[in-house]
Amino acid sequence: MDHRQQVRQFVLKNFLFTDDANALADGDSLIGTGIVDSTGILELIGFLEETHGIRIAPEEMVPANFDSIDAISAFLARRLGA
Amino acid sequence: MGNPQRAEPARATLEAMIHTLHHRGPDGYGFHVGDGVGLAHARLSIIDLAGGRQPIHNPARTVWTVFNGEIFNYVELRADLEARGHRFYTQSDTEVIVHLYDRYGDAFVDHLNGQFAIALWDQVRRRLVLARDRAGIRPLYYTQARGALWFASEVKALRAALPERSRLDPAGLVQAFSFWAPLDPDTVHAGVASLPPGHLLAIEDDGRQTLTQYWDWTFPDAADTAPARFAGVEAAAAELRERLVDAVRLQLRADVPVGAYLSGGLDSSGIVALIRSFTATPVRTFSVAFDEPEFDESAHQLAMVRHLGTEHTTLKIDRRRIGEAFPRLIRHTETPVLRTAAVPLMLLAGAVREAGYTVVLTGEGADEVFAGYDLFKEAKVRRFWARQPDSRWRPALLGRLYGYLEHSPVGNPAFAAAFFSQGREHLGRPVFAHLPRWTTSRRALTFLSPQLRAAAAERDPLALVESRLPAGIGRWSPLAQDQYVEAKTLLAGYLLSSQGDRVAMAASIEGRFPYLDHTLIEFANRLPPSYKIRGLTEKYLLRKALADLLPADIAQRTKQPYRAPDSSSFVVDGRPLDYVEALLEEANLRASGLFDADAVGRLYAKVRAGRATGFADNQAFVGIVSTLLLERELRGA
Repeated sequence: MDHRQQVRQFVLKNFLFTDDANALADGDSLIGTGIVDSTGILELIGFLEETHGIRIAPEEMVPANFDSIDAISAFLARRLGA
Repeated sequence: MGNPQRAEPARATLEAMIHTLHHRGPDGYGFHVGDGVGLAHARLSIIDLAGGRQPIHNPARTVWTVFNGEIFNYVELRADLEARGHRFYTQSDTEVIVHLYDRYGDAFVDHLNGQFAIALWDQVRRRLVLARDRAGIRPLYYTQARGALWFASEVKALRAALPERSRLDPAGLVQAFSFWAPLDPDTVHAGVASLPPGHLLAIEDDGRQTLTQYWDWTFPDAADTAPARFAGVEAAAAELRERLVDAVRLQLRADVPVGAYLSGGLDSSGIVALIRSFTATPVRTFSVAFDEPEFDESAHQLAMVRHLGTEHTTLKIDRRRIGEAFPRLIRHTETPVLRTAAVPLMLLAGAVREAGYTVVLTGEGADEVFAGYDLFKEAKVRRFWARQPDSRWRPALLGRLYGYLEHSPVGNPAFAAAFFSQGREHLGRPVFAHLPRWTTSRRALTFLSPQLRAAAAERDPLALVESRLPAGIGRWSPLAQDQYVEAKTLLAGYLLSSQGDRVAMAASIEGRFPYLDHTLIEFANRLPPSYKIRGLTEKYLLRKALADLLPADIAQRTKQPYRAPDSSSFVVDGRPLDYVEALLEEANLRASGLFDADAVGRLYAKVRAGRATGFADNQAFVGIVSTLLLERELRGA
């Protein structure tokens, strides 16, 4: 499974509690739609750090990097050099 | 139960109803049956232990009343009535009700300072009057069935006579999952209404019903609370101190010993310090402590105990006890809850009873009356920021909130800005302050069955709240609007009910709340908002009024909301408690028809793995478990 699919699965199962892939589009704002709340963002970052063995620095923790599946995929691509 | 047009109910029916309320009044039952009405009462003896048995009647025996609660100013009312020629046959506070009704009719309720649910039968005019106190401290439910009006302090008494009322109302459930409790008069029980606080319901001989609001949390127009119109904050603090002493003095009236809760915060410490300031009577205090530092306030509690020299009991509570006692909580609340925090208070009430006390004073209400909640400060920052959305430093003020949380929503400034900028399009609405909280709560709706979710999606929750707000609320200061919404949703619906009356009465304990004295509320509501929140210091005036009575660290301490471990209480050492396992079995979930079994299954897995750390997940999980417990109770299983 590629990074994008992995993150999608995590968000669907962990925040939307569903398998229905149609419940989320890759460009949807996770914060704006209320899918991820203030504690959810900590869960999401914890998941990314654990899965990829990375440490996300405080200056990287901005909505521009994590507010959608697209944004997270782009962030991971940069960080993992993929 | 009132039935103006037909024969009175059978005594056996009344007995079946009142027996379900034994915990509210273990000191004896009283009945009045005749002429189309049946009244039953379970007595908790507090005033006039020998002569206060209810029902109580007027001298002509034509007006009868049963009531739950206290009329604190009965001494003054009685003296006034006696001066006007009224003669009394008991020493109880109840008797002033029938005399006031004789003299003033339905306006009797305006004279009462207290916490009460009253039923009054006027035999001559063949009319029934139900009245509930101003803040909503004592509960009162009613329903129309079989050609009669039935009423009781708890729904279980109605269900004892009317099994057809044992049914959940999905619309009420959606409200409970949105606002933590349905908005009065709605309940989660199909066909059952809650008499709203500050209201009086009259049922006439011809069956006509009139619902009248006799009191409300009204505030002046914003222009009338400009500080320039006041004599200054020092003068207001001095007046507040006098009013607090009056309120506490009045609420200490009882013919049994009175104790107090001590949470470690400003409000309850203030009550105990006030008692100590004008009486040498020893004060007995009680508090809850947790073994987890995030929730525990015992260091502050013990500092106050040393300062005040009270005899103190600490009840230490862990997760397992919360989880195990939770089904008992729901039998008492009769409504779903989104947090477990009421459980420790139910257990604490048991400890109070064991210590030989029947009455406790608490600090409840100070946060609503004097603006103590983070929600008020958060709204102030959100409004301040919304006026200059491009400002970089305005949202940084959010970083000064929520410091007590392990997983703070403002730990990261960039995300805090993203989260708290939401709902800006609702800036001018009275519900603006509450949007973040309700958005979090409403994530619990994800777990409802597709049918219920679809029905919920058709109703606009903000419009529902706004349809119950007073017409002139838009002219009040923003803080006043926030306080009003808070008083009508969380305070009356949850804090005074599931976390107040119900858990105290579970152990036959009466809670008293001096900060909710209605004359104190009226005084506070007239003050400038800047006297309540100064900068980002909450309850500024209250701190000032109590400053010389309290150690500086308590008087200046930032509010820490009372919380308890939530979803983690149901899974101990990696294993779910047995009843939780049974309730959340897929077959049971599907049979209930209330929830989406797949979605609940995923949340349950997250809770079992210890990964449910956020507010939304915890509230949803506690809401689901409590709903399933309630549903089981209603099925009689």
